[in-house]
Amino acid sequence: MKAAAKIDMALFELALRMGDNDIVLAQRISAWCGHAPILEEDIALANVALDLIGQTKLWLDLAGEIEGAGRSADDLAFLRDARAYKNALLVERPNGDFAYTLMRQFLFDAWHLPMLRALKSSSEQRVADIAEKAEKEARYHLERTEDLIIRLGDGTQESHSRMQAALDDLYPFAGEFVAPDAIDDELASRKIAPALSEIGALYFDYLETALAEATLKAPVDAPVRKGGRKGLHSEELGYLLAEMQFLQRAYPGAKW
Amino acid sequence: MTDVSAKPSAAEIMVWLEDVPDPEIPVVSVVDLGIVRAVAWDGDELVVTVTPTYSGCPATAVISIEIEETLRRRGIAKVRIKSQLSPAWSTDWIGAGAREKLKAYGIAPPVDDARCIGDLKNPIVECPHCGSNATEQVARFGSTPCKASWRCRDCLEPFDYFKRF
Repeated sequence: MKAAAKIDMALFELALRMGDNDIVLAQRISAWCGHAPILEEDIALANVALDLIGQTKLWLDLAGEIEGAGRSADDLAFLRDARAYKNALLVERPNGDFAYTLMRQFLFDAWHLPMLRALKSSSEQRVADIAEKAEKEARYHLERTEDLIIRLGDGTQESHSRMQAALDDLYPFAGEFVAPDAIDDELASRKIAPALSEIGALYFDYLETALAEATLKAPVDAPVRKGGRKGLHSEELGYLLAEMQFLQRAYPGAKW
Repeated sequence: MTDVSAKPSAAEIMVWLEDVPDPEIPVVSVVDLGIVRAVAWDGDELVVTVTPTYSGCPATAVISIEIEETLRRRGIAKVRIKSQLSPAWSTDWIGAGAREKLKAYGIAPPVDDARCIGDLKNPIVECPHCGSNATEQVARFGSTPCKASWRCRDCLEPFDYFKRF
């Protein structure tokens, strides 16, 4: 009998964390389809969601391949419970108003781009290939959100106050993306992923410049809200998954 | 026993694939767009290497089906579609002929480095209807992942711009 192959748990976790951020955020912004304030933004949000769902498939296929237990990207997306999801808490925050959705997207995009850029030189070729593809899409996403947070932050009194309120609430969640744990340290030492401290420096430098241009002020000394990357989520994720996973839970294996 | 001499060459197969239209922009083929990266024989199985345009583009699955069907009609029994992510797809791979076809169809082709007036983030795009450069972006996204929405200030027509990517 062949001994069971040892699963590369750190690499598996990386693929889950990257994929879960994408799918949870995609599910959130998909809910705007047909409801966004203007048609162009409706289309933009749906297109960004589509890119993120495409990226999810790449990451979760990789996770399934590493695990070697025959789970597909669909199995991982639709048949895992909240505790097994490894997204950062930011992406599961509810949609709120358009300012809140936009600020959440901006804080995500601003991390996503430098992270993917660094992952392009991963020692693990499959990770590097996905990052190369996703980075081009992430760059385009950030161009849009940067433009919009500046226009709305430095816009009318109403748009400014809504953007500022969104930033006050969401900024404490930003730090989780770049707060390393033992898994990140292992990935960095094996050159599979960058040291998160390096991404953090790029991330917060960039945020400072962009937010200043948007005339928005990040809260000072806000404690970092984290837990999602370890599977410890807010209550909201449960509701999101209940809706997203309903079909496969109620009708296992349903296809069209 | 397989008759090796009966196998069409990769170059010949590439010509056949020029008949496979992009499902969303049927005036250009999957070869024109640079989606088909390579064709090669692996024994009696033909391996077609494709790359997605955008990772979530819904046309990707349809394209694979259409390639298989086209090749089956040409008498190739065993076809395998292999997806390749790197090098990542780029609009720089869209040839001059295909750019003309896009324009004639009413879609402004991607502005590349050589053709760019202005900067790449805010390119000056020629109106595919009247040729004016007095155009502006309405939205960064459009009817498909690969396009943005633009309009012409001279002829006043809206049009799709195939974004440089």
